Amino acid sequence: MTGGETNDDGVTTDTYAETRHWLLLPAWATLGIFVLLPVFIMLIYSFLTKEFRGGVVWEFNLAAYDQFFFDRGLFGDEPAKIEWTYISIFWRSIWQAGAATLMSLLIGFPTAYFIATQPEKSRPIWVFLITIPYWVNLLIRTVSMKFLLRDEGPLNDFLMNFGLIDSPFHIINTNLAVQLGLFYSYLPFMVLPIYAAVERYNFTMSEAAADLYANKLTTLRRILLPAVKPGVIAGCILVFVPSMGSFLAPDLLGGAKNFMIGSLIEEQFKGNAGNWPFGAAASMILLTMVLIILILVARHQANYVKGAS
Amino acid sequence: MANARYNIKTFTGFRHVTFLCLFILYVPLIIVTIYSFNASQSLTNWSGFSLRWYADVFVGPQSATFKSAAANSFIIAIIAATVSTLIAVLAATGMVRGGQFKLRRASYGLISLPLMVPEIVTAVATLIFFNAINFDRGMMTIIVAHTAFCIPFAYLPIQARMQGIEDTYEQAAMDLYATKRQAFTKILMPLMMPGIISGFLLAFIVSLDDFIITNFVKGAGIETLPTAIFGSIKQGMKPNIMAISTLLLGLSTVMVAISYFVSKFDNKK
Amino acid sequence: MKNLLKTTITAAVLSVAANAAFAEGKVVVYHWFEYIPQELVDKFTAETDIEVVMDTFDSNEAMLASLKAGGFGTYDVSVPGDYMVKIMAEAGLLGTIAEGELSNIGNIEPQWLDVSFDPGRKHSIPYQWGSTSFAVNRDSYAGNIQTTDIIFNPPAELSGKINMLDSQGEVMTLASIHMDMPQCSTDREQLKAMNEMLQNAKGHWASFNSDTAKEVLVSGEADVGMIYNGFNAKARAEGANVEYAFPKQGYIAWMDNVVLLKDAPNRTNALKFMDFLLVPENVAALTNWTQYSAGVKGVGPLLDEALRTLPESNAPASAGPASFIEVCDESTQAVYDQMWVNLKK
Repeated sequence: MTGGETNDDGVTTDTYAETRHWLLLPAWATLGIFVLLPVFIMLIYSFLTKEFRGGVVWEFNLAAYDQFFFDRGLFGDEPAKIEWTYISIFWRSIWQAGAATLMSLLIGFPTAYFIATQPEKSRPIWVFLITIPYWVNLLIRTVSMKFLLRDEGPLNDFLMNFGLIDSPFHIINTNLAVQLGLFYSYLPFMVLPIYAAVERYNFTMSEAAADLYANKLTTLRRILLPAVKPGVIAGCILVFVPSMGSFLAPDLLGGAKNFMIGSLIEEQFKGNAGNWPFGAAASMILLTMVLIILILVARHQANYVKGAS
Repeated sequence: MANARYNIKTFTGFRHVTFLCLFILYVPLIIVTIYSFNASQSLTNWSGFSLRWYADVFVGPQSATFKSAAANSFIIAIIAATVSTLIAVLAATGMVRGGQFKLRRASYGLISLPLMVPEIVTAVATLIFFNAINFDRGMMTIIVAHTAFCIPFAYLPIQARMQGIEDTYEQAAMDLYATKRQAFTKILMPLMMPGIISGFLLAFIVSLDDFIITNFVKGAGIETLPTAIFGSIKQGMKPNIMAISTLLLGLSTVMVAISYFVSKFDNKK
Repeated sequence: MKNLLKTTITAAVLSVAANAAFAEGKVVVYHWFEYIPQELVDKFTAETDIEVVMDTFDSNEAMLASLKAGGFGTYDVSVPGDYMVKIMAEAGLLGTIAEGELSNIGNIEPQWLDVSFDPGRKHSIPYQWGSTSFAVNRDSYAGNIQTTDIIFNPPAELSGKINMLDSQGEVMTLASIHMDMPQCSTDREQLKAMNEMLQNAKGHWASFNSDTAKEVLVSGEADVGMIYNGFNAKARAEGANVEYAFPKQGYIAWMDNVVLLKDAPNRTNALKFMDFLLVPENVAALTNWTQYSAGVKGVGPLLDEALRTLPESNAPASAGPASFIEVCDESTQAVYDQMWVNLKK
């Protein structure tokens, strides 16, 4: 009987059941006061009237949500049509974040796996090697990446010198650059959780399976993957969600020609628009969307486990 | 005996991907390091070797600001990472080993909340909140705000790790009359270490790099490294920020080397 | 125990002494990072015994957002741009300077005394000013650049190599200048025409970026870029062959100003700080450092030679008028906001 039977939601046991409320109290207190409350303030703000150039007037108003969903023309007085602008901005952010997550997974999973299977003494070194670059400010690294990737930059010089391409590979200011930037920003968030999960994995079990002539792929699929699944999911969440709200990579590497959610909301609070209720509304919609995705993932996980047993 | 064909510990190509990964991570840093020695002010056109930017960092007009900004950033990051990891360990234990209970789903949502809200929104809302409760802006406000949003980053690796640990060890210990606390500290914690360390590291770098939230909740006279760097580029990018970054890189490498030798020495005893 | 008591008392005495070192109290300044040389700040403290506590912001709008979210009441002075002064005045965030409170107010150059964003200088004094236009890399293009067509209707060889500033105010104002429209126009036909023009122009633009406006020109990533005059001088110093344009249609002027904030906790000290920044030799030291232009009389002769003859600071006779960014009312602003979203969606 493999210990750690996972029922839905990934609960393994109830060893500490009596003290669970005390265990969760610090988290509830800290997050409740310093995150939940501010978010709640924002929720209220999304239903208020915007004060010109920032701030709110305490009057109930659905204008923010109306602006999000309905297009009333350039001057705001045409009959309402569906406003696709913001929906398309959201959609674009979702698939950029998705692409970045996929890239992180493809590169991060093997990397995490490799590190976890290194001799015990050298593992911390590898982990540090992955995280040291992140001590350097993200803005600086992103700017460096910008100069690396440009048409006359080192990357293209290198490729052309070796005759791999004839004319510069135009990456900068494209979607690919944005995805690369996002991948680059959040890579350790994928690697570290997977590493922590794989490192725990009991490889002797796979050796047992190997003794029974199961080949690598089967072992990987049937035994290893389900065991490290929590790590993979954690990694994906930690990359996907912040990517959606990010703006550094899209602005510096993508040319800022198309709003992503992060830049759109940023513009409401820090730009000319000064439309706080709209910024708040867009954030609430983003929040709801992410919550739905997370719930779906949790449900799928539960069903998968139930189905497998 | 497991021969290479069946040995799941090695997959061909994984080593190569890892090196590719490290390559991608470090190449922009090489650019940063090279241009920190640029004789001119340019970030992109090389004009010759010079140490002027390092001199600028240590004794230049803005050096005091950058030094205190760096110190602030590290202090905040260490405190925020430590406290949030602590909170995360407790929370993960409760979530993963606490059985089913009402509010479990809600707890998961709450813990992930900082991740899901765009930073600018958290920043403005937190400032409004601090203002409403008359919490004067200063180092404390930054530390508190950072601790809160670091929690999910510390939590997720720890939870992932804990889910892979069978509780048979703890049950066995308790069958042998260990108390719950002993089971926790002597059995669960050591097994969780890689997860805890991963969580701490993530929280640390998240706090170190944070700009938006810090920018809004910091008090007058306080800069952190990101706010100083972002502010300085508004007057034009100069290689002095490259020099600072290279120094940081050097510092972290030295620390890693030290901890490596310390652990080696420790084991020899 | 005795030692502990001794140390504590000594520490207490020392800290009281330290605070007493600034006998005249302090002034809290909300400023751009690295926009004032530390020597000048130290000089102020040496002369007046007032401690200067500085907080920084990275954009006008961020400053406004921060003040609206709760920073108001903690700062004495701030340094917003021209249009932001008007916005802050309309929002009731500025303190009024009464006649005679600023002894050096006579030092302000006459043309900057009665500005559209602060008539009669009731709330502000000039800090530094300059212009915003665009620059062209002469290695890539040798034709006439003194027209906004370069940006909005570029010749074929420049298309796709243009960087715009990522700022609604600056892009829209330049667009208004290009179309010879008043800045806060409410004429529907004009606005529709501008919307269309922008949409067509966008296809020629490579990117929007303010922070790397200088770098993209120096690195060659862009051949044309909207840029501040000071940044262009720096770009040339870094080796880029970029020429700053003074279009015949006109271009943008900007001025950063020191404003007195309402409910300033240290109002008298704030006024002393502002007075200090109106003394010609102090302003000269500032200007030589920032490399822009000053709004105070008598600074010219005190400037570095190189600075006085900078092409970016001296517009040729053929140049069009320089206009400040204007502040529109709410309904007009909404239209411009919508145009910007259309541009960036």
